[in-house]
Amino acid sequence: MTDATKAQTTPTLRSLLAESPILIAGLSILGFWLMVAILAPWIAPFRPNENLVPMALPGQRTPDGRLMLLGADHLGRDVLSRIIYGGRTVLTYAPLATLCAYSVGVTLGLIAGYKGRWIDELLSRFADLVLAFPVIVLYIVIIQKFGASGLNILIAVTLASSPGIMRLVRGVVLDLRTRAYVSAAQMRGESTFYILFVEILPNARGPLIVDACLRLGYVTITIGTLGFLGLGIPPPTPDWGSMINESRHFALVFPHMAVFPCLAVSSLVLGFNLIADGLRELSLAD
Amino acid sequence: MTEPLLQLDGLSVSYRTRRGPVPAVVDVSLRLNRGESLGLVGESGCGKSTIAFAIMRWLAGRGQIVGGRVLFEGRDMAGISREELRRIRGKRIAMVFQEAMSALNPCLTIGAQLTEVLKFHENVVGPGAERRAKDMLAEVRIPDPDRVFRAFPHEISGGQQQRVVIAMALLANPALLLLDEPTTGLDVTVEASVVRLIAEISRRFGTSLLYISHNLALISRVCERIAVMYAGEIVEEGPTRRILTAPIHPYTRGLIRCLPESGADKIARPLSPIPGQIPAPWERAAGCFFQPRCGYARDGLCDASHPPLIGYGKGSTVRCLRASEIEPGRIDAVAGEAPPAADGVAVSVDRLSKDYRLTPPGLRGLLPFADPLRIRANDHLTFNAASGRTLAIVGESGCGKSTFARVLTGLERATGGRIEVAGTDLAQLSVIDRSREQLRALQMVFQNPDETLNPSYRVGRQIARVASRLLGLGRRERAQRVRDLFAEIRLPAGIADRKPRHLSGGQKQRIAIARAFVGNPEIVVADEPVSALDVSVRAAVTQLLMEIQRAHGTTLILISHDLALVRYVADTVVVMYLGQVMEVGTTSQVFSAPHHPYTEALLAAQPKLEDDRGLHAPVEGETPSPLDPPQGCPFHTRCPRKVGTICEISRPSEQVTPAGHRMACHIPMDELVRAQERATT
Amino acid sequence: MARLIAQRLFNSAVSIALVSIALFLIFELSPETVAADALGQYSTREQRDLWLAANGYFEPMHVRFLDWVRRCVTGEFGQSRLYNRPVSDVLGPRLAASATLAALFFSVLIPLSLGLGIAAGMREGSMLDRGISFASILTTSVPPFASAVLLTAIFVFWLGLLPGTSSMVDGFRWKELILPAAVLLLYDFGYLARITRASMADVMQTAYIRTAALKGLPDWWIIFRHALRNALIPPFTVIMLQINWLIGGVVVVEFFFAYKGFGSLILEASLTHDLFLLQACTAVSVLLAVGTQTIADIGYGLLNPRIRVAAAK
Repeated sequence: MTDATKAQTTPTLRSLLAESPILIAGLSILGFWLMVAILAPWIAPFRPNENLVPMALPGQRTPDGRLMLLGADHLGRDVLSRIIYGGRTVLTYAPLATLCAYSVGVTLGLIAGYKGRWIDELLSRFADLVLAFPVIVLYIVIIQKFGASGLNILIAVTLASSPGIMRLVRGVVLDLRTRAYVSAAQMRGESTFYILFVEILPNARGPLIVDACLRLGYVTITIGTLGFLGLGIPPPTPDWGSMINESRHFALVFPHMAVFPCLAVSSLVLGFNLIADGLRELSLAD
Repeated sequence: MTEPLLQLDGLSVSYRTRRGPVPAVVDVSLRLNRGESLGLVGESGCGKSTIAFAIMRWLAGRGQIVGGRVLFEGRDMAGISREELRRIRGKRIAMVFQEAMSALNPCLTIGAQLTEVLKFHENVVGPGAERRAKDMLAEVRIPDPDRVFRAFPHEISGGQQQRVVIAMALLANPALLLLDEPTTGLDVTVEASVVRLIAEISRRFGTSLLYISHNLALISRVCERIAVMYAGEIVEEGPTRRILTAPIHPYTRGLIRCLPESGADKIARPLSPIPGQIPAPWERAAGCFFQPRCGYARDGLCDASHPPLIGYGKGSTVRCLRASEIEPGRIDAVAGEAPPAADGVAVSVDRLSKDYRLTPPGLRGLLPFADPLRIRANDHLTFNAASGRTLAIVGESGCGKSTFARVLTGLERATGGRIEVAGTDLAQLSVIDRSREQLRALQMVFQNPDETLNPSYRVGRQIARVASRLLGLGRRERAQRVRDLFAEIRLPAGIADRKPRHLSGGQKQRIAIARAFVGNPEIVVADEPVSALDVSVRAAVTQLLMEIQRAHGTTLILISHDLALVRYVADTVVVMYLGQVMEVGTTSQVFSAPHHPYTEALLAAQPKLEDDRGLHAPVEGETPSPLDPPQGCPFHTRCPRKVGTICEISRPSEQVTPAGHRMACHIPMDELVRAQERATT
Repeated sequence: MARLIAQRLFNSAVSIALVSIALFLIFELSPETVAADALGQYSTREQRDLWLAANGYFEPMHVRFLDWVRRCVTGEFGQSRLYNRPVSDVLGPRLAASATLAALFFSVLIPLSLGLGIAAGMREGSMLDRGISFASILTTSVPPFASAVLLTAIFVFWLGLLPGTSSMVDGFRWKELILPAAVLLLYDFGYLARITRASMADVMQTAYIRTAALKGLPDWWIIFRHALRNALIPPFTVIMLQINWLIGGVVVVEFFFAYKGFGSLILEASLTHDLFLLQACTAVSVLLAVGTQTIADIGYGLLNPRIRVAAAK
């Protein structure tokens, strides 16, 4: 094979992007929200908890003439600024919670799939047990027992999502562990740790990355839902779900207070879903 | 001249890909008369299946006919309507696919899938259709048509599935039958009986055949004429006999040369592989496509212009610019080197057994009183492997040969018995319990080139890792060792920086061999090392394995189902069936009478190039399930030489000759010799 | 087949047993918090001890567990503090209300999603296929709470077409069900349509569909006889497993539209620390989830002859 054809078979990141407009769209949306979250203190027109003009309509100005582009809520806090700072909250908790769930789920899935026997039976049973609970009930019960806080949300998401991740990983490992290269690794005396994390895990990355993006979107929805139900991160931290919850009583009169956070959370989830779809499309095309 | 049934005129097919159009079939012209059978032979990617689908006008997705015509019964297939096409498919042209299991709908009974052909082509339904379907099942030698008619596809064996697919194709009595690798995935004995059925059917029903296969020997059993394809075009066409005995095109010669001739061994007639590898469609050479691999190629001629297909004698064509200069016939063999004399036993296997327990799924498996199903994959195996020589273990799928390899290499633990290597019993010692020295001394070459290397890492790194684990080499010594090995397996050192997906099957298998030899092991187990490779690459890899073995004085344990390869490579042969050893002997002992009846069946089933009359059925039926093996002699259910109830009741004890030839059969060896010599003369 | 059913039922029974232990541990492990929940946070230490003694909380653990199981099985979950009535009296009408909502939801979801999915999967890559794929990504990205707000803003605030709450204060009105069902549909139809599409597209690529086509069978026969049955197996399983997800959506929707159903009840129970009510709701939802999962498993076996045989062996 000549170098020219080799270049053709290992496409650069740029050519990959050119082939999947969906992926580009998703990455752009995510990139936008990341920028917003990072630059929040510099781009937000007001402090998120600053009380200005209650129930201000979009485009109204404060007494000192500053523009409230998206209006203000019932406590007079600027909706745009709260959305900008709320981006920080969700982009901290959603990736963190997904990461926790993945660390637990991947580790257990690798062990269950590779070791098999009773340890697999035990872990799979436990996963069945958790998955038997409707997810929302699990959240409600956990938050009810331990109270609403950022940490408890992380714990709840980890507990609820890791069994699903574990099952996914276990399935992939059951397939991969019979590959000859795993046998070859065993025959040169590699440790179980090395085989799991160096020989097997990198080859499971395709489905895992796609799943992780979907799950990020799902965790974003979950955090929003908990906030919306009043079980989320306690006020006054700006959080999109809580914003919708606080303003839903006024939704029939002043819909702007709830509509803009809804658009924010939907667009972020859309970003994650588009990335997942684009990656899946690319992996199928390969 | 009568009108041919099927005529291809300069047919070209391309696939649209991300690289742009890729030509799969280039300017192919063929004629097939009524009642005639034509074989289309070629290696993977040569476009032979695409031709079949182009005839059926079923180029799924991105395929497109970019030139030429397909004329069937004088009509251009491109010009007919969808409805006419539907009436031709299944009724006038039928197709039999590889892998019958996936060709049958898992959710419908066999009967439903057969009768629908009659419903739509002949308007026959109800009991009439059912009777015709069952009659056809009987025609294709299905022992129990009533049961199979009602069964779902997964409830019958692979051989029966293929027969059902053939029955389905023949139901509407088509004029042309397209067969696309119809025996892929079947065991040799089953393959032989399916091929025999196909040959018989084409004679009886007067159906024309287009038989597509990579296996020249199989095709030669069925077809009157053969067309050889290479890189999307036909390079030679002619009567079967002429192609086999006096091939002209260097590729055809090469193909025949790199098949181990049955009856030849490595000393009398070494393989002469075709160098290089099959080019991808976008890598085809200028001029003649075969020229970079061709021993006859002449600079300035073969790389200058693309050769046309020219007539050569009666009914033959060939695509070679030097056809008139090359003497037809085979290339003479160069005698090989005899192996060094054996000096002792490297592996001693003594009454080795391995049981698998199948735990029932779910929780019940945890219950202490749950009765696990047992499969005896290895049942008291006893044999020795001489050091520095090659021991081959042969048998069909499910005979336990790969299980033995896994036990020997420590990937599984034995249930009972001993495997003695260098004075230690390894039977109970799994890989995690073996010392570094024990691991180094015993390595393995795996079957599937696509799974043998980790797709995530560069191949050089993977070899270096073995050097560091087994030899404890430092960074610089490792790099040196990788370079040395790449020289030894004759691959450019630059390949070390590639990931496996950028390598061909043959290259991957070479690297797998290099990986096994990194630590200079005393013993190497090779589990079907070449069975997944293309024919022309197979010979080169086999050759390489043997050379490396000779250079290192390694003991090679070769697991294979391919008797020709075994005969060619091995010094000692162990024949296994359903987990038991049927026969052990030197290669010449096993391959000459007396044979164990099972060995005899395997030999008869082996497709041979020289033998046109090799159509006699070796054995009927299929290997029984290992879950429920027969009592007595395991082979008695299929044995054509079964003597009586003794075979069903008692397990034969082993007969041993003074020369060390052992077999487990109730018939005395001298009686077997007489019977078998009678049969061959 | 009987064996398959028995096996699945046995598995479900084990799941329920394990879940009940887990629930017991979550809710009843520390009697002090139980008493605090039952009597309110301003109750005194003595009051709580008296209450605990009266309700048998000082019995040994296993006795309490068995008693707890007995109460769950007989439906005597105790008295709801919030409603001051037996829990089972509160639960019944709420479950019926949610079932009505679910019935409306499924009766639109199934024909819509399967129809769109099959149409898209039959012609992979067509405009219809791309359109459906894009619409489903877009709609599944809008969380139910967001689409509730957005739909209310459009249909109630701007267009004034539909009522903004579904509390049914003037008796049952279909009109009040439209928005809650629409919110659930909007989030879910795309997911199911995508599953159906993928499954149909996979089936259309299989060798047996190719065999059927090359046997000269007409297209409609290939689709209805050969493709659909295989293609509908995954969507069937997904529909059955929706119940787990549906409960989540129902909680949000009922909360937002003030619909007096099971979902809003579970949330009320949690927010007001009405322990017995929460226990009952949890038990019911787990039963629902495990029950539908069992039905999905058995139905999968019925649809797929290969599974049937594997289980019988």
